[in-house]
Amino acid sequence: MSSAAYTRTTAEPEWVLPSRGRVGMFSLIGAESAVFTIFVVAYIFYIGKSVAGPTPQDVLELPIFSTICLLSSSLTIHLAVRALRQAKVGAFGLWWFVTMALGTIFLVSTGLEWRHLIYDKGLTVSTNLFGTTYYSLVGLHAFHVTVGLLMIALAMILTLFGKVKPEHSERAEVFSLYWHFVDVVWVIVFTVVYIIGR
Amino acid sequence: MSSDTIALSTVGPDARPIGERLHDWIVTVDHKKLGIMYILYALFFFVVGGVEALIIRIQLIVPHNHFVSPEVFNRMMTMHGTTMIFFMVMPILFGFGTYLIPLMIGARDMAFPRLNAFGFWMTAFGGLLLYFSFIGGNGLYGAGTAPDVGWWAYAPLTSHAFSVGHSTDFWTLAVLATGIGSIGTGVNFIATILCMRCPGMTLGKMPLLAWLNLVVGGMVIFGISPLTAAQIMLCIDRYLGGHFFDTQAGGSAVLWMHFFWIFGHPEVYILVVPAFAFVSEIVPVFSRKPIFGYPIMVAATIAIGFISFSVWAHHMFTVGMNSNGNSFFVLTTVAIAVPTGIKIFNWLGTMWGGKISLRVPMLFCIGFLFQFLIAGLTGIMLGTAPFNWQLSGSYFVVAHFHYVIVGGIVFALFGAFYYWYPKMSGRMYNETLGKLHFWLFIIGFHLTFDFMHIPGILGMPRRIYTYEPGRGWENWNLIVTIGAFFQAAGVLVFVFNLLWSLWKGELAGNDPWDAWTLEWSTSSPPPDYDFAETPVVRSRRPLWDLKHPEDPDWKYE
Repeated sequence: MSSAAYTRTTAEPEWVLPSRGRVGMFSLIGAESAVFTIFVVAYIFYIGKSVAGPTPQDVLELPIFSTICLLSSSLTIHLAVRALRQAKVGAFGLWWFVTMALGTIFLVSTGLEWRHLIYDKGLTVSTNLFGTTYYSLVGLHAFHVTVGLLMIALAMILTLFGKVKPEHSERAEVFSLYWHFVDVVWVIVFTVVYIIGR
Repeated sequence: MSSDTIALSTVGPDARPIGERLHDWIVTVDHKKLGIMYILYALFFFVVGGVEALIIRIQLIVPHNHFVSPEVFNRMMTMHGTTMIFFMVMPILFGFGTYLIPLMIGARDMAFPRLNAFGFWMTAFGGLLLYFSFIGGNGLYGAGTAPDVGWWAYAPLTSHAFSVGHSTDFWTLAVLATGIGSIGTGVNFIATILCMRCPGMTLGKMPLLAWLNLVVGGMVIFGISPLTAAQIMLCIDRYLGGHFFDTQAGGSAVLWMHFFWIFGHPEVYILVVPAFAFVSEIVPVFSRKPIFGYPIMVAATIAIGFISFSVWAHHMFTVGMNSNGNSFFVLTTVAIAVPTGIKIFNWLGTMWGGKISLRVPMLFCIGFLFQFLIAGLTGIMLGTAPFNWQLSGSYFVVAHFHYVIVGGIVFALFGAFYYWYPKMSGRMYNETLGKLHFWLFIIGFHLTFDFMHIPGILGMPRRIYTYEPGRGWENWNLIVTIGAFFQAAGVLVFVFNLLWSLWKGELAGNDPWDAWTLEWSTSSPPPDYDFAETPVVRSRRPLWDLKHPEDPDWKYE
């Protein structure tokens, strides 16, 4: 066959496929869930298996305030995306900034908590199994928050320079899926580390 | 209803200087170039891993041999396993997937071309990192250079006490880097297949290769991620003094086994499902019949995808699980044989009554069918806990999984090479050399891996450096090693054929096999943009419809 031909039918209904951004992000979230599952399983498996102290009962305090901040940032990013879809770029920038601030508060609180644990309680990643699993699981989550915050900051800078337009709402929405995922993971980490494990 | 004809441009020789053309390859995001780079990269590691296998086999040819030292033997064994799984079979399958999926679904590229390039370069970087350990993996005297912990890297072998120096770190980081690249590629496969199909190609009209790679994408994201997580934990143990797998501090070596095999068993299916995909494309074309039982084939693949995540601990029957655990994993392991068996019957059903043409791709696929069946049967034997207690850790297991990987996957891969070589290179391979390759390789394969079962049954443990005479293992090991050289000769013929045909092969034309999927409608090799105009399909065999307008498939589907 030297050349090819196809029959094109114009009378057929419009060809609609799922958005590759959403499918890609959901696939990435699937992969990340598997990573977190392994770390959560390791944490649960090692609860109470440390041969030396300190134990979670001794040192952990419930991070209520930072949890409220992180979880409410899911709402604010949703409001931001909705504003952008309705072409309200100003409202988008405002909600986006609130999201960034809430995420930063969470990250700073985690940092302060770690500082307290390391300097006041003497718990490091090599102290015992609790230290190893705690810093790994919470650290993996904090790493994901950090990556998310960097992306949010990038979009914030672009917004300040007026580069973000309503046609970018799908990208913002795809990113917000990641941010919601990070929040959901925190619910699981919080339950496992601060409730079941304490 | 309007129709128009697309004339295809042919690609002329590139007259630019070689530096500029190489630069094109380095910076490319084109799925065809990346696919070919994946394949060439994997072929290189195929030869490297093959040489390592030959070193292992020469060492075991006679009892009390001293061809290499025990330390080198352990390194060869580790590097052979790691190379063949992570740097040969996976990249080569990703390469074929990357090259073929967009062409088969009528797209111009993958959904995320830059992510595609990222996946390739991460894999390439991982391979370099692993082999750099030969130079950079220094440590205490006698403990340095390449990793020697086996490709499972069981704890506590990987702890600092037993893995002095950096060789194990190179292994961990190489596998971690490659894993991140693979996850990117898995995401890309899923997004491409779901979101880039040409008009008319509903999920039920996709070529089976696309369907099966969709399942592979799903298995990659859920199967490779646990390994990535476990490697992060190992890094924390080795660099930050963590205790995940440190039994002295209450850590568990068995946890590593679970994490490794939660990756390890789906990995087998990540490797074999693309091989199924090749066979599902090649067998119909050379039987001149559409695939038998397309929906069942898809359903069986999805079933395999799900069940493959529930069988991992059949690698761990000898660890000492309770009887409930053992029973569960025996049942799931036997259950996965059902969809796999369905596939074998589907391929046989396709061949049944067909006008079979025994060209080289088909020869390899027929070899695949027989050998994969036997591999599946020894798999059921080993999947039964009492039998496994007898033979776990013996050469019987080594023979079994090489039957899967070489007899199944590599045979299907060779079939795929000969089948798509004309499309990728624009030239036909040499049929006589191809047949010589097939016969050398199949003789070598059976000499090696049929006879390898027997010393296993006679009690020869795997991974041993040498063995005592008088146990009845000598003759079998001799035959096994001779077979390895037949295989090596076959591979040399194969590589020679690929290179020679690139210059001297006759021009292939667009569609040398009179095939039915969209990639054969483009020129060979396809132009940069794949399709000048987006194709529209109405059945599973668009080129059949095109060639037989009087009797198109879409009237019957």
